[in-house]
Amino acid sequence: MKQGLAHRRRIALSVTVPVLALTVFAQGCFSRDGFADAGDAHPSSVQEPAHFGFGRPATATEIASWDIDVMPDGTGLPPGSGTAVEGAAVYAAQCAVCHGSTGTEGPFNPLVGREPRDDFPFGRTVQYPMTVGNYWPYATTLYDYINRAMPWETPGSLNPDDVYGLVAYILYENDIVAKDLMLDANTLPNIVMPARDRFVPDDRRGGSEIR
Amino acid sequence: MSKTTDASMDRQTGGDSSKVSRRALLAGTVGALGASVLPGAGNGTQTPTDPTKVQGGPARTVGRRAPSAQPQRLTYGNPPRGSLTPLQDLNGIITPSDLHFERHHAGVPEIQPETYSLLIHGMVERPTMFSLADLKRFPAISRTYFVECSGNGGGGYAGIRPDRTPQQIDGLMSTSEWIGVPLSTLFREVGVKPDATWFLAEGSDAAVMTRSIPVTKAFDDAMIAYGQNGEPLRPEQGYPARLLLPGWEGNASVKWIRRLELSDRPFMTREETSKYSDPLANGTARLFSFEMDAKSIITFPAYPATLPETGWWEIRGIAWSGRGKITAVEVSTDGGRTWVRSNLQEPVLSKCHTRFRHLWNWRGGEAVLMSRAIDETGYVQPTLDRLRDVRGAATHYHYNNIRAWRVRDDGSVVFGLEG
Repeated sequence: MKQGLAHRRRIALSVTVPVLALTVFAQGCFSRDGFADAGDAHPSSVQEPAHFGFGRPATATEIASWDIDVMPDGTGLPPGSGTAVEGAAVYAAQCAVCHGSTGTEGPFNPLVGREPRDDFPFGRTVQYPMTVGNYWPYATTLYDYINRAMPWETPGSLNPDDVYGLVAYILYENDIVAKDLMLDANTLPNIVMPARDRFVPDDRRGGSEIR
Repeated sequence: MSKTTDASMDRQTGGDSSKVSRRALLAGTVGALGASVLPGAGNGTQTPTDPTKVQGGPARTVGRRAPSAQPQRLTYGNPPRGSLTPLQDLNGIITPSDLHFERHHAGVPEIQPETYSLLIHGMVERPTMFSLADLKRFPAISRTYFVECSGNGGGGYAGIRPDRTPQQIDGLMSTSEWIGVPLSTLFREVGVKPDATWFLAEGSDAAVMTRSIPVTKAFDDAMIAYGQNGEPLRPEQGYPARLLLPGWEGNASVKWIRRLELSDRPFMTREETSKYSDPLANGTARLFSFEMDAKSIITFPAYPATLPETGWWEIRGIAWSGRGKITAVEVSTDGGRTWVRSNLQEPVLSKCHTRFRHLWNWRGGEAVLMSRAIDETGYVQPTLDRLRDVRGAATHYHYNNIRAWRVRDDGSVVFGLEG
């Protein structure tokens, strides 16, 4: 299985592989559609071209208009800034109706809460609500999500200053940043969330072991 | 209570006229017929007592179900944010498209196929926009796979109640024949760079749903699907196109797919960190727990069905594994003390529902029915106690423990050993 994956992967990165070698791989090692387990009953002798030429080049403007994601290292964060004080006003107007006046009341996802501060018991007990403060591993995720999907009634409508302010306010309410910290593209990626080191890779592998 | 009627199930459960009439009434209130009309031919008249003595109904441009057999999804949430497939009312491995479970995080968007585009960019040689027509022009494949929400089975893990149906326990799961283009074909087309190891999949719903996916999955069996069971995708399944990651938790198969961005690291989106991660008893949480472990559930006999008499009954159910083919399903009628191999119904496909059947002579008295699936990696579906020991009693997602049904003296069937 792993061997097959490696072969298919190498084909896909064919810009680095000589055409002759590509042909040998294609004929000898795998089904051209990449599905080794349930392919065609009678494979055609016609080889797929290296490129079909379908689709059209995406323009830089098109990419920029959709490429809104923000990564943990800050890639994707736009210019702008905000503080918890500024964010509090936006929160009251846009967010409190769903998340409660202090971020703990709901009715929807509670945002604020650090308890229990010295433990991460969520696999053992439902005693503690899971919040940004006690569960979210990356602060940049907060910017990304608010910007793309909130507020519920007008998703994607907030400007960068408002989003930075909201992130600052939610982090402040969770006792993670100071009230006067100016959040922007430089300061946000530096924030280390309390639960950051609690997350581990999936270690399930199939086979006889139950994990 | 599942709002379903199914003639075959009613026959199996036999003689309980109060139950049948309640079901028929429910179907009448939601179906094409008014509640005042008896279930029947559906041509606007009363059901004939002898259908050989009157002309039947006309041909129709779009078919419909028999009025007396109206399986229904069960919605949940207010407003409804998901619906469950009526597993106890279905046979075979294919889920009718209009009964495929749904789960969405900001409703079902309406997308115009003429203006739809899929953008692939980031660490690629040629950032490209594909129209729907472009996607359909590539060599097309069809594959039959299950899709399962990673939260499926939660009602069989914690808060277990006896009055739960297969639909309520495991209805966030369905199987379809998916038609589309292999993602590997598209990635070759745009020239994915050698250092790209992850890609972001982004939907065009109001959640702008995002998940990070390892590039290796694209060159294994991922596809961009635009067809389902011979027709275009249903809106709630991602029309006009979705990502389909066979065997992986359903949330990662991003619907209404609009953008794939290649990168050399994961993006750590809200869904994959704060939601679809699995907190464990040892004070950690698993990230990117994509694969669905092997599972099975008996769908008959199961609550609310009853066995009206002792004698021969066929225990029926489905098994599936996100890691490959099911190699065996064992059935116990004595609460797990002894196990026997059931019949596996062909076809047995990888990452797909597999039907199992076991003929059982019920001699009366209490019986506890269980099934456990074994997949081609050698994985054996664990007991509830074992899974709780390993994961923790309050863990989230991937609830693949053995499900139990208790057949009581009077033939009634209830879910679980607890409650």
